Amino acid sequence: MNTSAEPMTASPLVSVGSGESRTSKAKDKVKMSAEDVKVFYGNAQAINGIHLDIYENEVLAFIGPSGCGKSTFLRCLNRMNDTIDICRVEGKITLDKNDIYAPDRDVVLLRAQVGIVFQKPNPFPKSIYENIAYGPRLHGLARRKAELDDIVESSLRRAGLWDEVKDRLDQPGTGLSGGQQQRLCIARTVAVSPDVILMDEPCSALDPIATAKVEQLIDELSESYTIVMVTHNMQQAARVADRTAFFHLGDLVEVDSTDQIFTNPKDQRTHDYITGRFG
Amino acid sequence: MSITIEQRRQHRLMTIEKSLAKRHRQEKRFRRTGLAAVVTGMTLVAILFVSILIRGVPAFWQATIFVDVYFDPDVIQLEEKPQKVSGESQSAFEERYAAWQSQAGLVNWQALIDSALEDAIGDEVESRQLRDLRALVSSSERFALRNRFVEDPSLLGQTVELKMLASANVDVWIKGNIDRNLDDSRQQLSAQTRAWADQLYDDGIIKNAFSTALFLNTDSRSSPASAGLAGAFMGSLFMMMVVIMLSVPLGVASAIYLEEFAPKNRLTDLIEININNLAAVPSIVFGLLGASIFIGYLGLPLSAPLVGGLVLTLMTLPTIIIATRASLRSIPPSIRQAALGIGASRVQTVFHHVLPLALPGILTGSILGVAQALGETAPLLLIGMNAFVANVPGTPLEQSTALPVQIYLWQGNELRNFFEARTSAAIIVLLGLMLSLNALAIWLRKKFETRW
Repeated sequence: MNTSAEPMTASPLVSVGSGESRTSKAKDKVKMSAEDVKVFYGNAQAINGIHLDIYENEVLAFIGPSGCGKSTFLRCLNRMNDTIDICRVEGKITLDKNDIYAPDRDVVLLRAQVGIVFQKPNPFPKSIYENIAYGPRLHGLARRKAELDDIVESSLRRAGLWDEVKDRLDQPGTGLSGGQQQRLCIARTVAVSPDVILMDEPCSALDPIATAKVEQLIDELSESYTIVMVTHNMQQAARVADRTAFFHLGDLVEVDSTDQIFTNPKDQRTHDYITGRFG
Repeated sequence: MSITIEQRRQHRLMTIEKSLAKRHRQEKRFRRTGLAAVVTGMTLVAILFVSILIRGVPAFWQATIFVDVYFDPDVIQLEEKPQKVSGESQSAFEERYAAWQSQAGLVNWQALIDSALEDAIGDEVESRQLRDLRALVSSSERFALRNRFVEDPSLLGQTVELKMLASANVDVWIKGNIDRNLDDSRQQLSAQTRAWADQLYDDGIIKNAFSTALFLNTDSRSSPASAGLAGAFMGSLFMMMVVIMLSVPLGVASAIYLEEFAPKNRLTDLIEININNLAAVPSIVFGLLGASIFIGYLGLPLSAPLVGGLVLTLMTLPTIIIATRASLRSIPPSIRQAALGIGASRVQTVFHHVLPLALPGILTGSILGVAQALGETAPLLLIGMNAFVANVPGTPLEQSTALPVQIYLWQGNELRNFFEARTSAAIIVLLGLMLSLNALAIWLRKKFETRW
């Protein structure tokens, strides 16, 4: 945590080496931990026994070829896989040392603590204000209208969207541009004040400028949140992640500081992937 | 000399061109067939509507006699209408009033009508011609006259211009729905009555006036001219209320459960297949089911709109469930994930986000299901709703008939040349109701439609 006050000025096209300063803050306190996690879709095994620790206030990126199980694993972290009938999870995942798959664990509370942002921006077909206010209202986080207004404003500010939308909070969120919609979705997640934010390829549907804005936002958010993101874009992982995990065919092949993964991978498969031999 | 590359190219192009002509012909043929199918369909629908309108619209105007009726004190020999006196109990008063009413029923009201018609014709009518005279006017009018007097006894000694329905046969004669050149033995009216009818029509005493009877009266066998749709309309209304109150909540709730909450296993698969099959079951089978369960086993009354409504509910449920499920399925999963992702429970996700978006589709499906039930006839025949009922039902438990059944009954009436038009008029009323329900469905869909 000692370097968390340091401004994260990672610009979009910063080189791999800039991960250096960011890695130093990691290895602090374990926020979430996965022990021998296996995921099955019906009889097909999608994840083969993954062990992984996620540290507080780090940005952890999952990379790997399509179908390697990185999104599946991400969705295990706040039990979004529960909604898929044929999906079965084995092993143990903890949040602050509490098993999130324990029978008495309330999944609603878990998702308030571990928020998620999806690949495709999916604002509710309601006003911008309602998009943000829905979560806090749902969880009873604001007692009065003024409190709710404050949450909406601060969430939009955190997402860097306030100045763009403050005059049209009553307009539909679906009327915003793709990049704005994605930042609206991030603001919506932030409004519930989770500890961890999961991002499933948050920039894959965005143009380069919107991508740069979201990446900058991730950087800023990492001061207060633990962020786990899936990305197909290796430059993006290099730009924003403290640590990077490489997935291949349902296995977690290698996880290390972003720096190490991109300059000196230990596994041949990681090396082949980052140098573009397959993927 | 071998073939050059250029020659090959030419040959290839020619081959494609040849096949091109064939492909274009095929496309044109398909388009023409499609267009012909649409035109044929539209023409048939147009013919149907036009023929119903041509036959039915004249029935909304009915031969009506406008005459001055003198409430002759010599004929109406009645005590004064009882008034409640102080110290009299309610039951004693009611008894006195009922006695007075039955006295009023014994008055020869027909005599008042006879003399009014006599005046209108302007000629002395011999007593042997009285039958011919009375054939002019609907037999229901003497009761109408009585009711009018019972309402307002101060009419005694006064002359009032009244409009009375001409008899059904006079209506047929005046509208030319019977061949006027047929000889006497094959006419429905005597030569004298026909002559009088023509005379009164020429004098403007018999006119084609808008038929309120069609809307305000119930069916009638003794006086076909006064037969109306009021009873059937109320019966249909009660049935629709039962159908809407039962099938919409039940159907929507089961669809939401099956689509959003039920586990996907063999049991739910079986239920889904059965619901789809139920939608295809012939409606008359539901009538049999209703007759044996609701009437035979539960002992509910025969011919009651409640039973009709229950049967139609069974018939409509699968339609509503299928429409609602399709509507729920059309909501993108990203909306559900968004709500779940910020910690909404499944119920909150469905009720806050999915249901409001699916509402237009659900409403449309429900209204179309209800409209289908409104036009259903076959199952109602099996639970006794084809009975002749001369009262407007006051509750869903009273005997009644329904609009489509009334159409069926009138269609089979032996007084063909009068009821043919009446039947078409009833069809117009039913179609009007259907079209307004469909218009409501379209309006609701437009109103609640959200784009995302």
